[in-house]
Amino acid sequence: MAMSEQEILTGLGEIVEEIAGVPASQVSPEKTFVDDLDIDSLSMVEIAVAAQDKFGVEIPDDELKNLKTVADVVAYVQKQS
Amino acid sequence: MSATRVVVTGLGLTTPVGGDVASTWSALLAGKSGIGPLTEDWADTVPSRVIGRAAVDPSEVLPRVRCRRTDRYEQFALIAAAEAWADAGLEGKAAEAGIDPDRFGVAVSSGIGGILTTLTQYDIFKEKGWQRVSPFTVPMLMPNGAAGWISMEYDARAGAHSTVSACSSGAEGIGYAIDMIRSGRADIAIAGGSEAAIHPLNLAAFASMRALSTTRNDEPERASRPFDKGRDGFVLGEGAGIVVLESEEHARARGARVYAEAAGVGYASDAHDIALPHPEGRGAASAMSHALRHADASAEEIVHVNAHATSTPAGDAVETKAIRATLGDSVADRVVVTATKSMTGHLLGGAGALESIVTVLSLRDGVVPRTINLDDLDDEVVTDIVRDEPRRLPDGPIAAINNSFGFGGADVALVFRRA
Repeated sequence: MAMSEQEILTGLGEIVEEIAGVPASQVSPEKTFVDDLDIDSLSMVEIAVAAQDKFGVEIPDDELKNLKTVADVVAYVQKQS
Repeated sequence: MSATRVVVTGLGLTTPVGGDVASTWSALLAGKSGIGPLTEDWADTVPSRVIGRAAVDPSEVLPRVRCRRTDRYEQFALIAAAEAWADAGLEGKAAEAGIDPDRFGVAVSSGIGGILTTLTQYDIFKEKGWQRVSPFTVPMLMPNGAAGWISMEYDARAGAHSTVSACSSGAEGIGYAIDMIRSGRADIAIAGGSEAAIHPLNLAAFASMRALSTTRNDEPERASRPFDKGRDGFVLGEGAGIVVLESEEHARARGARVYAEAAGVGYASDAHDIALPHPEGRGAASAMSHALRHADASAEEIVHVNAHATSTPAGDAVETKAIRATLGDSVADRVVVTATKSMTGHLLGGAGALESIVTVLSLRDGVVPRTINLDDLDDEVVTDIVRDEPRRLPDGPIAAINNSFGFGGADVALVFRRA
């Protein structure tokens, strides 16, 4: 069952808020995780694992390093689901 | 050439009797115990069911996300460091506070490290596999994690050290920081110790070595009783003590309030037994002698000793013999000794730092808290123990010793001098 972009964005916002304390409202598509949302490397790993659980898609480490922005993750999840 | 004088300019505590310095100090002066019953659902699996829980849980103080990525021992250290930093009149990171980051060090340790994280994450690993193990596990379990977090919080770049020596770790952190400043590596340092080890495995392990109190589970406040004939082991506590130390010159230049001089530190090792103290207190006496020399202090200056005294049958009386051997009979006949652990329990790696702060406050206020639960003084105790009510210290220039000893035969003594 494919999720809409908005569903993924909302789910990702919840994850980022839970793990990194960044309000979900700030997790918008154009933001980069490292520079805009100030998320460190270890938290990024935790976010990726939580995203795999929530969306049921695998995010291999090789892919994770290419996912710089919120939109990148949303697009990846949508493509894989 | 005289050595650089090091002074104490900030204090921070979170302990079983209070969430900060003021509440802890007033509880100790009032003789209030922080020991309560172990109420966890696993309590019945261990023989020691008395515990010194922190009076204020870190989750009430720190933001949720900070708690997620730090072990409880790191949380205590961060809370006490924040209090000490503010108490020293400092705000924000080093540069904002007018401190040179490259001349600013950290020496904060724990005896065990983040053992709650280690055990919790191992459970997760066994149940769910490696990918569900938190990526923060290593920074949470390592004994230098608290030092690392504190160095980042305040931008301390002269070195973030962790001096692991079991129950003397916190005192050794303060000693290390004194040496950092005296040797010219730093002008200012955050130092101390922290511990959060209340877990069934730890209680089982300490009980297995017959180190814990097990006979007063129905009267927790009476379980920790250093120097009493009926003592039967220590009571596990948790929390942290952190101080800000500076060279006197640095403190004066910025107009800092000075609590006391951190005059010297002495180290020794018993080289005798991995758990038991040397029967004559050989290492303890050596550490105190070295500390007096390092402080350029005579025995006559010493009016008070804040004892390590944990309430174990093996340790407490021997320590008083070592005090007598070090200070000589004329000083030992008048020196005033107390055991903070009678009220707080044993904070392990946090103990030496907590008790250093109590020693500093005793010098400042001229009053020594009593040792509670001392109903029947052990005949082997050969110094004057403060009981019944707090004791006044003389006016004028005086100094005090804080002793801390650890498994492995570690002996650390610190000398503080009234400012």
